[in-house]
Amino acid sequence: MVHPVVKLLVQRIALGLLLLFAASILIFAGTQILPGDVAQSVLGQAATEQALENMRRQMGLDRPAYERYFDWLWGALQGDFGRALSNNADIASSIQRRLGNTMFLAGVAAAISVPLAILLGLVAVRFRGRWPDNLISGTTLAAISVPEFLLGYIMMYFVGVQLGWFPTVASVHGGMSFWQKLNAVALPALVLTMVVLAHMMRMTRAAILNVMQSAYIETAELKGLRKLTIIARHAMPNSIAPIVNVVMINLAYLVVGVVVIEVVFVYPGMGQYLVDHVSKRDVPVVQACGLIFATVYIGLNLIADLVSILTNPRLRHPK
Amino acid sequence: MSDELRYLVNRVVQGKASRRAFLGRAAALGVTGAMANTMLASAVRAAGPQRGGHLMMGLQGGESTNSLDPALALSQVPFHYLLTCGETLVNIAPDGSLDMRLAEEVEPSDGGRTWNFRIRQGVEFHNGKTLTPEDVMRTMERHSDEDSQSGALGIMRGIESMEVDGDMFIVHLDSPNADLPYLMSDYHLVIQPDGGFDDPASGIFTGAYRMVEDEPGSRHVMERFENHWDDTVGHFDSVEMLVINDATARNSALQSGQVHIVNRVEPRTANLLARAPGVTVHSVPGRGHYVFIMHVNTAPFDNADLRMALKYAINREDMVERILFGYGSVGNDMPVNEAYPLFDETIPQREFDLDRAREYYERSGHDGSPIVLRTSDGAFPGAVDAAQLFQETARQAGIPLEIQREPSDGYWSEVWNVEPFCASYWSGRPVQDQMYSTAYTSGADWNDTRFFRDDFDALILEARGELDEARRVELYREAGMMVRDDGGLICPMFNDWVDGTRDEIAGWEDNPNAELMGGFSAIKCWMAS
Repeated sequence: MVHPVVKLLVQRIALGLLLLFAASILIFAGTQILPGDVAQSVLGQAATEQALENMRRQMGLDRPAYERYFDWLWGALQGDFGRALSNNADIASSIQRRLGNTMFLAGVAAAISVPLAILLGLVAVRFRGRWPDNLISGTTLAAISVPEFLLGYIMMYFVGVQLGWFPTVASVHGGMSFWQKLNAVALPALVLTMVVLAHMMRMTRAAILNVMQSAYIETAELKGLRKLTIIARHAMPNSIAPIVNVVMINLAYLVVGVVVIEVVFVYPGMGQYLVDHVSKRDVPVVQACGLIFATVYIGLNLIADLVSILTNPRLRHPK
Repeated sequence: MSDELRYLVNRVVQGKASRRAFLGRAAALGVTGAMANTMLASAVRAAGPQRGGHLMMGLQGGESTNSLDPALALSQVPFHYLLTCGETLVNIAPDGSLDMRLAEEVEPSDGGRTWNFRIRQGVEFHNGKTLTPEDVMRTMERHSDEDSQSGALGIMRGIESMEVDGDMFIVHLDSPNADLPYLMSDYHLVIQPDGGFDDPASGIFTGAYRMVEDEPGSRHVMERFENHWDDTVGHFDSVEMLVINDATARNSALQSGQVHIVNRVEPRTANLLARAPGVTVHSVPGRGHYVFIMHVNTAPFDNADLRMALKYAINREDMVERILFGYGSVGNDMPVNEAYPLFDETIPQREFDLDRAREYYERSGHDGSPIVLRTSDGAFPGAVDAAQLFQETARQAGIPLEIQREPSDGYWSEVWNVEPFCASYWSGRPVQDQMYSTAYTSGADWNDTRFFRDDFDALILEARGELDEARRVELYREAGMMVRDDGGLICPMFNDWVDGTRDEIAGWEDNPNAELMGGFSAIKCWMAS
C-alpha cells in the first residue's frame, strides 16, 4: 500500500502542474485579448492593410489561437521563447542572464532575512512583552512602514556615500567574481532584508505564541526545561507550517516584486526587464516573464505545501 | 601664479605628484580649493590629452528594449553609444561650424540642390573592412526606406536621389537646402558596412571605440579601436556606460566616485551636487525650450492683441529662477536662440510688462470669460508650477487665466496639438530651418500653433536655398520676428543641459548641440592623473 504521505505529495505536485498549465492559458489569452495584435504593435503608425497582412502571415498570426498557444507552450517547455519584437534579441538568453541576477539578489536577501527573522521571532517569544520583544517588533515594523525606495536612498546616502562601505550602484555582470558580486549587491540585499523581515518575524512570533498556550508546553515547563529549549525544540516544530507559508510568500516577492529596488540600485534583474517591455508592448517577452513568474509563485507555494505535509506528525504517522 | 604653484602644477601634470597633495599644498599657499582646481584644469588641458583609464558613465535614458540598430534609436543611452562607437559624415562643432569626420570635404553645386561629399580614405570598420562611398550611400538608403522605421526618416525625405562617383558621395535634393551637411550630423546616420542592410544591429561602425559587451538597459562596454583613423580622439582604454535611470542614484554614484560622468542632473538638486567634493556640475545653454502654445486660428487666440497681452503678462526671469532653478535662460517667444547657427543676437528681448499687457488686453476687447490653459506634469518638468506662476502674473494684468490640469498619460495624444492653449516642450533641432519647418510652416507635420502664413513659408523656403550667410541671417531674423510678434508661441525659457563630471575628467568643452558635449564626452575627454 502506498504511504498516505506519498499519495498526498503526488496529489499536490499534480495540482501544481495543473495550476501552472492554467496560468499559461491565462497569460496567453490575456495578451491575446489586448486591443490590436503583435503585427500592429510592430508596424505602429506605418501599418497599412497589406503590410499588416504580410506581417501576420510571416508571424503565423493567421492560424487559430489554440494552435499558436500549443506552439508557444511547446517552445517554452524547451526553453525557446522566440525573439523580442522591440530589438529582435533572443528572449531566452536575455532572460537567462536577468533571471540569474534576480535569483542571486533574492538568494542573498533570503540567506540573511530568513534565519534572522526566525531567530528574532524566537527571541521575541522568549522575552514576550519585555523590552527585547518591543524593540524587535518596533524596529521591524518601522522598517516595513517606510517605502522601500526611501529606505534605499537612506542606505545609499549613509552607507554608500558617507561611509563608503558598499557601492551605491549594484550593477553586476558576468566578469565579476562571487565576492565582487556579493559586495555589489550588499546594499539592495540589506534593504530587501529590512522590507521582508517584519512579515516573517511577526508570523514566527504569532505562530509560536499560539502553540505556547498548549498543555504539552506546560508539561515541558513543569519538567523544568529552559525556556529557549522549550520554544526551539517543542513549540517551533509544531508551528513550522504557517511560518514556511509566509517565508515562501516573501521569497516569491523577492523574486518577482523588486522592480523599485532594481531601479534605485541599478540592478539588472527581471523586474526592470519586464517593465521596459510592457511599455513597448513587446508581447512575447511579457508572456515569457509572466510564465516564469507564475512558475516561481506556484513552485514556492508547492514547496510550502509539501513542507507542511511532511512536518505534520499526524500525516507522517497514520494510525 | 607664483613660481612655487607653477612648479606644483607641473609636477601634477607630469604625474609626479597627486592631485590631493597639490590641493593641500595650494591651500597652504593661501589659494582656495576652487581656484586651485581651475588652475589645475587649465594646466591639464594645456598639457594635452593623456591615454589610458577606464571611463565610467552613469546615464539616464536606457531601456532593456534598446538595440544597436541606429535606425531604432530614440533615447539618450543609444544616442551616446552610437556616437561613441560610430561616426557620421560630419559633426557640428560647439561654435556651430562643421567638423569633418567621415567626409573630408563637402561642396554644394547647382545652387545648393546638389551636395558633394568627399569620403575619407583609409578608414577601417571594426570588422577590418575598409570604408567605401558605397557604404555611405547604402546607409543613407536604409534610413530613407519607409520600412526601416528610422528616426532619421524625416531628414531623408527631401532627398531625390543619391549616387557614388569615385570617392565622392553625391546627394540630389528636390529643392535647394543650404543646411544639408548639418542634417547629416544626425546620430542615426552613423555609417555601417553595406549600410547595415545585412545585419543592422551588428554594432560594427568606424568610431574610436568598439562595442565589446552590450547588455541593453543595464550596461554597455566599449574598448578603444586601435586602428581608428584619428588619434586625436578616443583617449580612454575603455568606456563603460551604466544605465542609471533614477536621478538620485545617478547623483550618489557620481558623489561616491563609482562613475565619472552623469547626464541629466536635475536642476532641483544641481546646486547641492555642485557642492560635493570632487564633483563639477556643467550647465550648458542648449536649444530645448518650454512653451505655452496657442492656436492662432481658434477663438479667442485668433485675436493678435490678446496673444500679445499674454506674451507681455509672463514673467520669464522669475520662471527661469523658480522652474529651472537658474539652469536656463529666458525665451523670446521664438523657437530659436543664440545656440543656433545664423542667429541674429540683436533681436530685442521681450520684457515682462504688466502695463502693456493690460493695454493690449483692453484693446483686444476680450469679453472677460476665463481663458483656459491646459497643463500637466508630463508637459515638462514643473509645467504645473509654471502655469500657476503665469496665472498669477496674468491676474495682475487683469487677464482671467484658468488652469486645467490634465493627466500625463495621453497628454501628447489628447491635449497637445488638439486643445487651443496648452503647455508643451521642444527639444530643438540642429539648424533653424529644421526647427521652423518642423513646427511653424503651413505644411509642417507638427504645426502646434496653427501658424499659417504664406509670407513666412516663402521666407523659410528662400532662406533654405540661400547660400550667402549674411543674407540668411537677415532672412531668419525676419522669420523669427514674425513668429515672435504674431505667432501663437509663448516661450518663457530655454533649459540648459546640466551634466556632472568628477574632477579627474579633463578636456570638457561646452557644446550646445546636446547633453554631455553633444554626445562626444567619451570621445574627447581624458583621465587626468
